[in-house]
Amino acid sequence: MNQPSLLRAILALLRRDLLLAFRARSELLNPLIFFALVVSLFPLATSPEPGVLRLLAPGIIWVAALLATLLSLDQLFRSDHDDGSLEQLVLSPHPLPLLVLAKIFAHWLVTGLPLVLVAPLLGAMLNLPAPALLTLASGLLLGTPILSAIGAIGAALTVRLRRGGMLLSLLILPLYVPVLVFAAAAVEASAAGLPARGQLYLIASLMLFSLSFAPMAIAAALRVSVD
Amino acid sequence: MAIRYDSHNTLRAEKLACLRGDLLLFDELNLQVGAGELLQIEGPNGSGKTSLLRMLAGLSLPEDGEIYWNDVPIRRQRAEYALALHYVGHQTGLKSGLTGTENLRFVVDFMGGGGIGVALETMGVAAHAEQPAYTLSAGQQRRTALARLLLRPAPLWILDEPFTALDHTGVELMTELIKRHLDRGGMVVMTSHQPVEVPQRRRLKLGT
Repeated sequence: MNQPSLLRAILALLRRDLLLAFRARSELLNPLIFFALVVSLFPLATSPEPGVLRLLAPGIIWVAALLATLLSLDQLFRSDHDDGSLEQLVLSPHPLPLLVLAKIFAHWLVTGLPLVLVAPLLGAMLNLPAPALLTLASGLLLGTPILSAIGAIGAALTVRLRRGGMLLSLLILPLYVPVLVFAAAAVEASAAGLPARGQLYLIASLMLFSLSFAPMAIAAALRVSVD
Repeated sequence: MAIRYDSHNTLRAEKLACLRGDLLLFDELNLQVGAGELLQIEGPNGSGKTSLLRMLAGLSLPEDGEIYWNDVPIRRQRAEYALALHYVGHQTGLKSGLTGTENLRFVVDFMGGGGIGVALETMGVAAHAEQPAYTLSAGQQRRTALARLLLRPAPLWILDEPFTALDHTGVELMTELIKRHLDRGGMVVMTSHQPVEVPQRRRLKLGT
């Protein structure tokens, strides 16, 4: 007979979400494909001129990463809500914010991390210099957890709505703006040969802030949503 | 297994009110369930049976009134109450992409307990334990969901239409499990449109 343990519960939740994501591989790749498609369409639509592309690259890549994340958010709590497993999470003896943190981490591993890994490749395609590629990857590494965490607040608030996608975007996009501004600025600075530490530190602090407080907001929103 | 639940366990609700939209479903509702008792909530569709069960489980807050487990309000002892409770709702709580065993393994990792094989065997779905849940029939899914009740002893079972989609033998099996649970000093609060053949049954009518 096992007693319930918080660590075991968190690991089990993480493993379950990753296993489910892995079993639905085609959906798993959707945000990544979207990301790569949007970025590679830009040179065709604007100009193949290396100088122009380098100028636009930080903005293009970050906007695409942001929209790719947004695309995946609607599903974050939707299936748990529809099949009743969300009720079981809420009824567990474990603190809901910590369980939510495990779900955010699983979401980031599945959508955020692939973006981080692919972005330097796309950056090189858009003619970003090497130091800027490093800044781009670091910025995404620090920034994508914010996108997952803040996005999860919106997903938790709209999980009861059948067509919550539009509302979710309207709720969440304004909150993504600071990340977008600083992260793109960091890459631009790097591309111009300037230090980008300041912007990256700022994104790091935003990440810590959102990972500390978003889980509580999400837990509260989920309790309202199962009500 | 010789489990005996504490014979002093009580679930009590005082002056509950339930509002859905601007419709008052019930008001000033009192109920009490003691060890070894089954309370069957009855009433027409839309009379608030599921809402009442969700309140008793602690999923939704009553508009008014208070629910007590062993004389302490449940919202003041969320973790303790969670361990004293099994809630099986309308939705099965199964992940359709996982097999029966994987689903129950998750429940055990999450809530403690054990005996997954025995539970699936008892519910008669052991033969389908390694199939993804979406390939199971509605009745088999319901049986797998109800197998949760057997993984971990909890004195209070809150069951929302547990017989839905079950065949004749499934209903008999479930009735047998409920009887055994009551004999051990457990308690059951449930909704069902068919009578449950146990001697310790009391009924509560909503929407009258």
